[in-house]
Amino acid sequence: MIEDNIIKVTVVDREGEEHNLEAPTDMNLNMMELCKASELPVEGTCGGMALCASCHMYVESGHALHEASEDEEDMLDQAFFVEDNSRLGCQIKLHNDLDGLKVRLAPVD
Amino acid sequence: MIKTDIAIIGAGPCGLFTVFEAGLLKLKCHLIDALPQAGGQLTEIYPKKPIYDIPGYPSILAGDLVTNLMEQIEPFKPTFTLGERAEKIERIEEKLFEITTTDGSIIHAPVIAIAGGLGSFEPRKPPLPNIEQFEKKGVDYMVKDPEKYRDKKILIAGGGDSALDWTIELANVASEVTLIHRRTSFRGALDSVDKVMDLAAVKKVNLITEAQAIGLVGNEKLEEVEVKSKTNGVFNQKVDYFIPLFGLSPKLGPIADWGLSIDRSAIEVDTKDYSTGVPGIYAIGDINTYEGKLKLILCGFHEGTIAMQSAFKYIYPDQKLSFKYTTVAGVNGFES
Repeated sequence: MIEDNIIKVTVVDREGEEHNLEAPTDMNLNMMELCKASELPVEGTCGGMALCASCHMYVESGHALHEASEDEEDMLDQAFFVEDNSRLGCQIKLHNDLDGLKVRLAPVD
Repeated sequence: MIKTDIAIIGAGPCGLFTVFEAGLLKLKCHLIDALPQAGGQLTEIYPKKPIYDIPGYPSILAGDLVTNLMEQIEPFKPTFTLGERAEKIERIEEKLFEITTTDGSIIHAPVIAIAGGLGSFEPRKPPLPNIEQFEKKGVDYMVKDPEKYRDKKILIAGGGDSALDWTIELANVASEVTLIHRRTSFRGALDSVDKVMDLAAVKKVNLITEAQAIGLVGNEKLEEVEVKSKTNGVFNQKVDYFIPLFGLSPKLGPIADWGLSIDRSAIEVDTKDYSTGVPGIYAIGDINTYEGKLKLILCGFHEGTIAMQSAFKYIYPDQKLSFKYTTVAGVNGFES
């Protein structure tokens, strides 16, 4: 049961440190924005339009996310170390079904 | 050598509009940008995206905004140094700076307005641990002269237009061309995709999809690229050159070395006039930071406007500046 539309999300940074975050799901936030708001090193250069690849992250929990759009896949082409669980953080919209989500930030160039 | 009143570093929307506001004060501007065209992010990242918060435009495509800005500043005859990055700033007189670009262009101006956005756009480098060791020793991030690759073994990585176009072009030049891409589909122009597929079918191009470069091997120079493929696992490919083509991304670059106060990749300014701690240098738009900063184009327009009023007083401390509305005074440009 999600109380007050706050979910728990874990972000593993590039040093392997786990950050346990509480995220509101009623503010139309995405994972890139959440990471930036939490002062985690995510660039989000394009502001969340899936037009850069600077919020590349790996989804490590078993949550069934929506399929990546063609735009997102195109941008992932410009990222490095892309794996099957690679996503752009800006395309992961936070909602109550994502409680317990765990992501790891991808390496940066 | 170029002499101007205001040297603007960065030809994005904020730098462009600053030409207008400087022009109203009869200050001439020269813009420097690392990209080969004006417009900054708007042209490079999202030209076809509508922007909804430009006052007076319910919606305008980013590319159209740049076109309009260019038209708006045309009467003031701005000059440009494009495709060169501002590299060095030196104060050569009390009120004169010398800017040197990567290509050795020299610009003299009493005032510098840094409108550098997120920094200059540079080729994205794969984060392979030893890649810098092989730069200029087998790793190239762009193709300048195709002849360099004549009768060489090359490996291109990427799935966009430049990866496809260079694969096609170099197939006729190099002795062996391999293209690796992480998916089976490409985002480049359909025509180019078809050509690459045709070349692969007749074995002129070795196409490896669902694969990525994961390591570089060599001593004095690059010898092999370690490739991880979904179907064939990890293998080493012998190469003379590895050309990763993954687009451009902004990097703060030399701005960090100009003696300005930097906080998290942004230049700290005084909101009185968006001046930096260095007299004569202003920072406007996404590159600056202050309490309450919003990275919005419209805020950058405001910052450039205020900065130019201050710049005028800095250059001409004894001259009176009477503020005039364009509705009253019109726009009197410079003769070309």
